Amino acid sequence: MPAIEASGLTKIFGRRPKRGVRMLREGAEVADLRREGLTPAVIEATFDVAPGEIFVVMGLSGSGKSTLIRMVNGLLEPTDGTIKLDGQDITHLSKAGLRELRRSKVSMVFQHFALLPHRTVGENAAYALQLQGVSRDERERRAEEALAMVGLKGWGGSMPSELSGGMRQRVGLARALASGTEVMLMDEAFSALDPLIRKEMQDQLLELQAELDKTILFITHDLNEAMRLGDRIAMMRDGRIVQVGTAEEILNEPANNYVAQFVEGVDRSRVLSAGTVMEPPVAVVGRDAGPQAAHKLMREHQTSSLLVVTRERRVEGLVWEDDVAEAVRQGADRLPVSAEGVPRVTPDTPLAALFHHAAATRAPIAVVGENDRLEGVIPRVTLLSALSAPTGKDRPDGTDGTGGAGERPDATAAGETPLDPAGAR
Amino acid sequence: MTPLTTPMPPGLPRIPIGEVVADGITWVKQNLEALLDGLTAMLSFLVELFTDLLLAPPMLLGIALFTLLALLVRSWGFAVFALVGTLLIASMELWEPAMQTLGLVLVATLAAIVVAIPIGILAARSDTVSTIVKPVLDFMQTMPAFVYLVPVVIFFSIGVVPGVFATVVFALPPGVRLTELGIRQVDKETVEAGEAFGGTPGQILRGIQLPLGLPTIMAGVNQVIMLALSMAVIAGLVGAGGLGQLVVTSISRIDVALGFEAGLAVVILAIYLDRITGAIGQPTGRSLGAVLRRRRAETASRQPAAATAGSTTT
Ligand SMILES: Nc1ncnc2c1ncn2[C@@H]1O[C@H](COP(=O)(O)OP(=O)(O)O)[C@@H](O)[C@H]1O
Ligand SMILES: [Mg+2]
Repeated sequence: MPAIEASGLTKIFGRRPKRGVRMLREGAEVADLRREGLTPAVIEATFDVAPGEIFVVMGLSGSGKSTLIRMVNGLLEPTDGTIKLDGQDITHLSKAGLRELRRSKVSMVFQHFALLPHRTVGENAAYALQLQGVSRDERERRAEEALAMVGLKGWGGSMPSELSGGMRQRVGLARALASGTEVMLMDEAFSALDPLIRKEMQDQLLELQAELDKTILFITHDLNEAMRLGDRIAMMRDGRIVQVGTAEEILNEPANNYVAQFVEGVDRSRVLSAGTVMEPPVAVVGRDAGPQAAHKLMREHQTSSLLVVTRERRVEGLVWEDDVAEAVRQGADRLPVSAEGVPRVTPDTPLAALFHHAAATRAPIAVVGENDRLEGVIPRVTLLSALSAPTGKDRPDGTDGTGGAGERPDATAAGETPLDPAGAR
Repeated sequence: MTPLTTPMPPGLPRIPIGEVVADGITWVKQNLEALLDGLTAMLSFLVELFTDLLLAPPMLLGIALFTLLALLVRSWGFAVFALVGTLLIASMELWEPAMQTLGLVLVATLAAIVVAIPIGILAARSDTVSTIVKPVLDFMQTMPAFVYLVPVVIFFSIGVVPGVFATVVFALPPGVRLTELGIRQVDKETVEAGEAFGGTPGQILRGIQLPLGLPTIMAGVNQVIMLALSMAVIAGLVGAGGLGQLVVTSISRIDVALGFEAGLAVVILAIYLDRITGAIGQPTGRSLGAVLRRRRAETASRQPAAATAGSTTT
């Protein structure tokens, strides 16, 4: 059962918002609703979040992310559609029911931390527990634990004003952790922080998540952050979810121009893995084949090297065109296998980790799966071009980006993207 | 003698607003006698109580207490002012009327706050209440202060109670306004945090809105006190006693010396009350209380640091 299940979730602000839902059903545009004085903030959002998943909702400012996340804990009541937590329909819960839900199931971390300035760090971390009427001893103990988890052990007696931004948000995180809820909502939780601190907080969140296995709905307008954190990402635009997928799916198969433009500036080396950019291992030669056969294969595949594999498709080494030509001339009957080693990586190795291989050798990188079986190769040129552009269909500039990259080595230029993800590197 | 009002243009009906209000007042007087009596009893009891309390310690001890309070909540400099000011009041032989006025002001302020803060809270929560309350407050604030004295005298005859009552009505508006403002301007996200963790409206009010709105609410209280003080003097006209009575006497006798001295005592009281309430809303950090708290916090934080240092070396 999904931890969070939204279907057809719609929120329209304005007087008598239900009529907006009707208008949308009848095919009205957002602009038509605006003329009527209605603001459709979220339109027909449908998604599931699995338990233990980090689900990122990503979109420009004003695209309805905050409105969406506030319907998940009932801070806003949906105009239409349903939202379920753990299978429980919370769409029309009473006020008391919602309070109970927020105490037991969902907590929240805020963009500007929303700490109580007149209370100590420890009291802030214990705030949710205090609201629940947990005894002082227990809430101090649990707050202390939560503070230790976020690296603020011993800071309980300080005031929030004495802490840096990053530390304050750690308190915000500790407050949510101390409440002990399964689901955590994070609305642009790191957006107010400096890029370096932000990255630190992302690492910390991932570390905590590995340990705690919470269900996290994370909102951001920074694509790099989305890609770093999200198991899956929902791209939002003007209130609608335009694509849901893993970081790689969004990068490589953007559903439309909007997403494609968005992903143009992202640091692909962090997101892509060897498995996504590898090419089918066709330029290979059996180790018992002769130089003649190898020479022919090279000409067929227009390549200057071949991987030498066993019958079990285990990589033995590699031969270079020059050596093969020389062997053919000399009439040798064994392949001149190069002494140079072939770098081997698994499919889930991030692209960024491949560069030092590429720098160390001219050889292509072999992507091997179980039992060292060859699954694909990454020639050096592919590695470089993979960084430059999505292989998706409709490219924003109209060129068709099939065949990947190489054709547009200039496309890495960040900063010219519609939104400038502050941490584009 | 020239008439006070102008004749209306011919043909325009005379709308008897004044008469209607007067009839209403008479009706209240006749039908709510019990309520008015109860109020009278309670207010006169409270004013007497406060005045007696203020006059209970011998004058010099009283002066010392005022000075100490100034030191506790504000600063050394202000304590010096308090000492000089209260000594001056004593030496002008105005100690007793000053304490009577102070007692009246405190009771009126308390009553005004008790009424104003809940109304302010309601107005902050509901736009409807806010739109209803606003014009009423405007009316109360712009109506000339003397006008309140007339119906009040009908209700309570003359004495200290009509004085308190007129003072409450006159001093109420800023208390309501600034309470509403203070609560409304509390950071929205912080209030949302209270809701997001399952806080009840009461918990959010007590734990977030009131403490974070406190500086503004205290600014309101401060204004209530200032208005109460000025009205308490005017209330001398209806026999409220204290410094107000001396001012009224000085006018009727054209006694400049008495008038000036009574006025000066009012000014000293005003400055004293203003600075004290201001310091509660926005602590200066130079008060004795703050200095002691800081010192205690420092020693407390030094201890765990020493403890951890010790544990790392062992
Ligand atoms: N309480 C509200 N009343 C009216 N319009 C609102 C309200 N909250 C948000 N909106 C509108 O809804 C749209 C989406 O806002 P929001 O969810 O805050 O976007 P995001 O968090 O993605 O920046 C915006 O156009 C905003 O102006
Ligand atoms: Mg937002």
